[in-house]
Amino acid sequence: MSTLTDPAGAASPDRSVTPLPQPKIGGGRRGAFRIGAGLSRPAYLGIAVAVFAGLGALWWAATASGLVKPIFLPAPQAVWSRMVELAMDGTLWADAAISVYRMLAGFAIASAMAIPIGVLIGCFRPWEAAVEPLVDFVRYMPVVAFVPLTILWAGTSDGQKFLIIWIGTFFQQVLMVMDNVKRVSPDFVGLGRTLGLSESRIVTRIVIPSSLPGIWDTLRISIGWAWTWLVLAELVAATSGLGYRITVSQRYFQTQTIIGYILFLGILGLVTDQGMKALERVLFRYASRR
Amino acid sequence: MSEPKLRIAALDKWFPSKTGLLQVLSDISFDLADNEFVSLVGTSGCGKSTLLSIVAGLEDFDGGVLMSDGRPITGPGLDRGVVFQSYTLLPWLTALQNVEFALRAAGLPKSEIRAVARRHIELVKLERFADAYPSQLSGGMKQRVAIARALSYRPTMLLMDEPFGALDALTRHQMQELLTRIWEEHRLTVLFVTHDVEEAVYLSDRILVMSIGPGRIRETFHVGLARPRRQDMIASSDFIDLQRQVITSIREGSLLADAEI
Repeated sequence: MSTLTDPAGAASPDRSVTPLPQPKIGGGRRGAFRIGAGLSRPAYLGIAVAVFAGLGALWWAATASGLVKPIFLPAPQAVWSRMVELAMDGTLWADAAISVYRMLAGFAIASAMAIPIGVLIGCFRPWEAAVEPLVDFVRYMPVVAFVPLTILWAGTSDGQKFLIIWIGTFFQQVLMVMDNVKRVSPDFVGLGRTLGLSESRIVTRIVIPSSLPGIWDTLRISIGWAWTWLVLAELVAATSGLGYRITVSQRYFQTQTIIGYILFLGILGLVTDQGMKALERVLFRYASRR
Repeated sequence: MSEPKLRIAALDKWFPSKTGLLQVLSDISFDLADNEFVSLVGTSGCGKSTLLSIVAGLEDFDGGVLMSDGRPITGPGLDRGVVFQSYTLLPWLTALQNVEFALRAAGLPKSEIRAVARRHIELVKLERFADAYPSQLSGGMKQRVAIARALSYRPTMLLMDEPFGALDALTRHQMQELLTRIWEEHRLTVLFVTHDVEEAVYLSDRILVMSIGPGRIRETFHVGLARPRRQDMIASSDFIDLQRQVITSIREGSLLADAEI
C-alpha cells in the first residue's frame, strides 16, 4: 500500500525499540516457501541464472564426456563458434531481418483486424452472434493443415507467410480482445450513459481506453504465436529466413546451426516479450500505485 | 402546489428468471419534493438499487408512471447525477481530469471546464490530490471525486447507490459529514440507497423502508432532527428512537417475506 493518505504513517520508526522475535507463521516452513511469499529481485535473478547455467553445464558435460555424438548434439562451444561465424559473415543478421519483418507484418495485419472486430463483438451481442461461433469453429482447425493450401494460393512468397501467421493468431486474438472488452465494468458504461454520451462515444471514450491494458496483454501473448507460425511457414516453404536456414542445415547435418538458430529464436522471443512488458509499464503508468 | 421533483406511481418491474417472470418491484409510489433528501432502506434483494437504476434511466420498468419535473423519464440524462458504489473513476485520468471528462461530455464551453472542475475538487477538499490517479487514492477519496464529478455538471437530482457501502466506519462518517455539509449549502434533491440505518437517519429528511418479495414501499419515516446535522446527534434519544423504529420496520418486512416462503 502506498496510497497518499496519511503523512503520519510515513514517520520513521523508533529505532531504540528492540524488535520482538517474529512468530513462525505457516507451520514452520521456510519463509520463501509459503504460498504467495515474496522474493527479492537479486534472489529471483540468481535462481533464474542458476537454472540456465545448470542446464548449460549439463549440456557441456554430456558432449564433453562423449556420451552423445556431436552429430546429434554438438558441444556448446561448437554451437557458439558456428553462430559467431554466421554473425560475422552476415548470414545470421540477414536471416533474422527478413524473419522479423515477416513476423511483424503478419502480426500487424492480424492485430489491426482483431482489435476492432474484438471490440465490436465484445460490445454488441448481434455482432457476437454473427462472428463468435464462426471464429470458434475456425480456431479449432489446425494451422499446420492450412500450409499446403496457402502454398497453392500464395506460393512461397511473403504473402504466404503473412497468411499463415494471420490464420494462427487472428482467430485467437479476436476472442481474447472480446474477453478484454467484456471485462469492462458495466458501471463504467452506466456512467457514460448518465453523462449523456452516445453508445459509440461510450465505446471510444470509455470501453476502449478501459480495456487497453488487457488488449496490450493479448498482443504480448499472441506475438509469441506469430513467431511460432512464421518459423513453421519458413520451415516448409521459403528461400530465406531463420526457419529456412534451419531446414537447409538439416540437409547438410549442420546440427550446430540448427541448435544455434533455435536458441537464437528463443532469445528473440524473450527480448520481444520484455520489450512489450517495458512498454506496458510506460503506457499504463497510471495503473501502478506509487 | 407545483409538480414534485420526482413522481413515481404504481411502478412495477419484472425480471426474467428460470421459472418464468419474477416480480422485483410492485406498486412503488412516492414523490420527492424539490431539494428533499430521501433514503431508501431495506434488506439486500429488496430492489432498492434496481429502483435507483430505473430512476437514473439505466434500466427499464414494466408498468406505472415515472416523471421528473412533470416530464416522463425515458432514459438517462444530465438532469440526474449518479454516484455508484464502485466509484467508477476512469483509471487513466487524474482526479481533476475525471471531473473534466464529465464536464466535456455535458458540453460545457472549453474555457470554463478547468475552472469548474477545480472548484468541485475543492468542494470535496481534494485540491492536494487533483493530479493523482485513482490508483493512488483511498476509497474515500475516490468516492469524493465521484461526488464532485456528479455535482459538477449541475444536475437537479443526485442519485446515490450505497455510495459509502465499501468504506470503513470512520471514513464513512467523514463522508456523511461531507455530504450533509455540501447538501445543506447547495440544496438539491437526493435519492440515497443504503442498508445502513444510522446513515439514513443522519442524512435524510425522509426514509422509505422497503420490504422484499416483491419489493414494495412498506413504511415512511419523517426525520425530525434539526439541521444542520451534527455527528453528536447520533447519540440523542430522538435519533436512537427513530433508528430503532426503522430497524424494526425492516425486520418485520423481511419476517413477513420469510413467512410467505
